[in-house]
Amino acid sequence: MLLALSASAIVILVLLWEVAWPVAAERFERWRARRALVEVEVDGYDPGRERRAEQKARALLRSCVNEEEWAMYRELGFIRVWGGLADGPERDDDLGGAPYAYLIYPHKPVIAYLPQTRRLLNEYCVAFPDETRPYGSARLPDSDDVLAKWMALTGDERRLVATANMHLPGRQIDPKQVRRDLWRLTQWEQSRMRERHRGAGSVSAP
Amino acid sequence: MKPGHGEVLIAEGDVDVPEDHEALIDTFRAQLDAGMWAAVPRATPGGRREAQMVTSFDDVPPGADRVIFFPRAAGGR
Repeated sequence: MLLALSASAIVILVLLWEVAWPVAAERFERWRARRALVEVEVDGYDPGRERRAEQKARALLRSCVNEEEWAMYRELGFIRVWGGLADGPERDDDLGGAPYAYLIYPHKPVIAYLPQTRRLLNEYCVAFPDETRPYGSARLPDSDDVLAKWMALTGDERRLVATANMHLPGRQIDPKQVRRDLWRLTQWEQSRMRERHRGAGSVSAP
Repeated sequence: MKPGHGEVLIAEGDVDVPEDHEALIDTFRAQLDAGMWAAVPRATPGGRREAQMVTSFDDVPPGADRVIFFPRAAGGR
């Protein structure tokens, strides 16, 4: 009797082991996987690199543009460049000799507009991709992108306009935002003018 | 200008020193061959700042203290 019970118990244990072992082993493996440190292949990624690159790019931009343009970029986030083509950026634009300008934003299209009326003319989508992708990305730091646009516009406006993909205003940048930026630019310029007048009118104490 | 790095010094030298002059020309050509654009930032007599695009080393204005190479423009989306 005892022998029969023992044999039955052993058989039951073996059957239970057979059933339970795979489940237990799988749970153990999952537990180990959850606790294991995941070693991600980062290829020497340095999280501070982009920030340092942007700091260097800002210093370079500052050394190239004038004081007003630098202050504009620092305080408003964009730079205005006056257009230099007699017939406007596009031959179809009949500007009648009216002055026009561009707004340069980092990693956004260049906006051409008429300062007198704040009429938006065109969006010029342009990029400066470094296809060698030295750091896994073709994208320049923000301030380098602004400087590249500034150099290309002031150095060879016609070539940049011809290279860029031209679109009507509003394709990528909301015209409301651009008009708001133009209003901010006007306010900013007036404020600077007032400060300059105050500075010129003040007399230093003896 | 380099993605992820910003400004990188590629070469420097004195154009009046023949060895430096040759090395600067070689570097200039190598950058243009790699598809970069070259520009010299400068101040106009009116006090405005602008860039002068240069396509050969001879175009670099005398007295220019630097030439900036940046990736060639392409139509963006």
